[in-house]
Amino acid sequence: MLKEIAHLGQSVGSYLGQTARLMVGVPNYNTYVAHQRREHPDQPVMAYEAFFRERQEARYGGNGRVGRCC
Amino acid sequence: MQTLTQKFTRHGVWALIALGGAGALATIALHRGETVNALWVVVAALSVYLIAYRYYSLFIANKVVSLDASRTTPAMRHNDGLDYVPTNKYVLFGHHFAAIAGAGPLVGPVLAAQMGYLPGMLWILAGVVFAGAVQDFLVLFISTRRDGRSLGDLIKSELGPIPGVIALFGTFMIMVIILAVLALIVVKALADSPWGTFTVAATIPLALFMGIYSRYIRPGRVGEVSVIGIVFLLASIVLGGQVAQSAEWAPLFTFDGKQLTWMLIGYGFVASVLPVWLLLAPRDYLSTFLKIGAILALAIGIVLIAPDLKMPAVTRFVDGSGPVWAGSLFPFLFITIACGAVSGFHALISSGTTPKLLENESHARFIGYGAMLVESFVAIMALVAASIIEPGVYFAMNSPLAVLGPTAESAAQVISQWGFVVTPDMLLQTARDVGETTIISRAGGAPTLAVGMAQIFSHMIGGKAMMGFWYHFAILFEALFILTAVDAGTRAGRFMLQDLLGSFVPSLKRTDSWISNGLATGLCVAAWGYFLYQGVVDPLGGINTLWPLFGISNQMLASVALILGTVVLFKMKRERFAWVTLLPTAWLLACTMTAGWQKVFHENPKIGFLAHAGKYQAALDKGDLLAPAKSLAQMQRVVFNDYLDAGLCVFFMFVVISVLAFGIRACLAARRSSQPTTREAGATLARA
Repeated sequence: MLKEIAHLGQSVGSYLGQTARLMVGVPNYNTYVAHQRREHPDQPVMAYEAFFRERQEARYGGNGRVGRCC
Repeated sequence: MQTLTQKFTRHGVWALIALGGAGALATIALHRGETVNALWVVVAALSVYLIAYRYYSLFIANKVVSLDASRTTPAMRHNDGLDYVPTNKYVLFGHHFAAIAGAGPLVGPVLAAQMGYLPGMLWILAGVVFAGAVQDFLVLFISTRRDGRSLGDLIKSELGPIPGVIALFGTFMIMVIILAVLALIVVKALADSPWGTFTVAATIPLALFMGIYSRYIRPGRVGEVSVIGIVFLLASIVLGGQVAQSAEWAPLFTFDGKQLTWMLIGYGFVASVLPVWLLLAPRDYLSTFLKIGAILALAIGIVLIAPDLKMPAVTRFVDGSGPVWAGSLFPFLFITIACGAVSGFHALISSGTTPKLLENESHARFIGYGAMLVESFVAIMALVAASIIEPGVYFAMNSPLAVLGPTAESAAQVISQWGFVVTPDMLLQTARDVGETTIISRAGGAPTLAVGMAQIFSHMIGGKAMMGFWYHFAILFEALFILTAVDAGTRAGRFMLQDLLGSFVPSLKRTDSWISNGLATGLCVAAWGYFLYQGVVDPLGGINTLWPLFGISNQMLASVALILGTVVLFKMKRERFAWVTLLPTAWLLACTMTAGWQKVFHENPKIGFLAHAGKYQAALDKGDLLAPAKSLAQMQRVVFNDYLDAGLCVFFMFVVISVLAFGIRACLAARRSSQPTTREAGATLARA
């Protein structure tokens, strides 16, 4: 019972963390790694730091996209 | 029999919710002249949202557009783990909500409270159910079926290239007005407020530190750096209180509106050419998390404290003579509250990152329609926060100085004549409570909201001693995300401008050239800076001029998005359901065209730009000076600005009329065809 509650708490926490990170434009890194390994095993996988920078540039770097509302 | 029982239990609980909502609305409506508890407003709003979500959004999802859960989404087709990622429904909801929620839904309802809370509340509820949430949902749906393309692209491909370019120009001008009006809110909140100015200024070195931290010291630790940032932020609010009381330090952070304007313009230029990781990104973390936290805290606070609404349900200012903004209930209430009821800007978000992250097309209802309902609830909370303040204090904070006179005595006298009881002492005491020297004529919505929030928060934590802290917390949270919007908006505007000008001078398109970047950034900052400055020196307070322009332009963008929705419904051969978009389009067109027309041609100089220009021109011809102009050159500038604002209004009307014309043409063409003429991406997966 306790174990289940702890497990539930963990997954809720993980979803909250994912939500908070996506709010500022950083998607889930594990999902990216899994995708890259599965679909493009021949290509290199960015380290978390590089992934983070790439996402930061994509969110704020411009190209005329409007990312948020007034 | 079985099915009947099932049906009954299925709808029974919803019938109860409907009854509860109707009861709450009846309580609000029948308690004329007595104070009503804010919880009734909350219950009424939540019931409306639940019923609308359960029935109307389901109707749109199933019947109008037929969401197809088995259809591939852009996130599935282009999955790259970066831009296109199938994302959990609730995680994406949070992302989408954080992107659409800004200062808009907090400010509009506060300004609208001058007519009483009832008109604003009814418009927020009706607007979101039939217009705002429908628009967000449909644009998300349309973009998802077209590979997550942007609004401009969608208009180009569904209506034609000419309306596409027109809409792009329109969007750029809307951007300029939004940045000016947002910056104006910050200026109004920080003018002559050393506490506020210090805390907002402190966020700059703090963000720089966070930027370096998350780039070099502990790369990519968003959560960690945000917690550190928020701790320092709260500390800077406390320190700001000390600064404001210090005879040495307070003058260093005391600026008038004009000085703050120049600082903001300089800041906007510098911030938007710095690398994004240094200032923009870290401050975005702070503002996003603070925003979500403050919204949650406000919701909890209103429920726990259950304050009474002191503002009357309807005030005498429904006739259009109000001091906060000029113009009668129709059409001006409906453009004053834009975000929260319906916001065209959301169409840009719904066709931005969200459609690229949608895991399943059927989630578009929850994310598109649902997130907008929550945003609408934020607007309701802002309306509540403005209505729990003493009405006399509310009007003292939001009326122009030219009307109130310079002192608390003169302000109290004027407001008492309007029929709202207030003493000079109440005004001075409110200012002291929140740690300011004066609260008179702090237009723009943010300070009023901050006083309301401070009342609610200080009831929960800290009592009266903490009111100053909570007031400046609320100011800081609004200023933070406004500054983020100014910075990000200037960048986005710069790219738009380079794109637009690049069609004429190709070398300007080069985004790797320092000269062309600097030039485009400078032009962009100059554009919003001009309107900002004009607003700051405006005798009627600037909000009076700029907020209607913002409202008109934002609602016009919403009409454009809804016209797009209508065209797509016709192309899908679903025109029998087209009333879903036609109804809100017609209403928005009626409001914005009437408001636009009145802003240009109304004979009352408080409302019509041309009448205002005429008044100043007539005085100019006689060689007279009209306050607050102090020279003939200033008089000429007032006249010029009036013509400029009138021209802008006409331009917005031209944008929407031409998009309407192209929309009708596209609808007629789609009608002539016997087949659906949509070109959608993503085939239905084979059903298992």
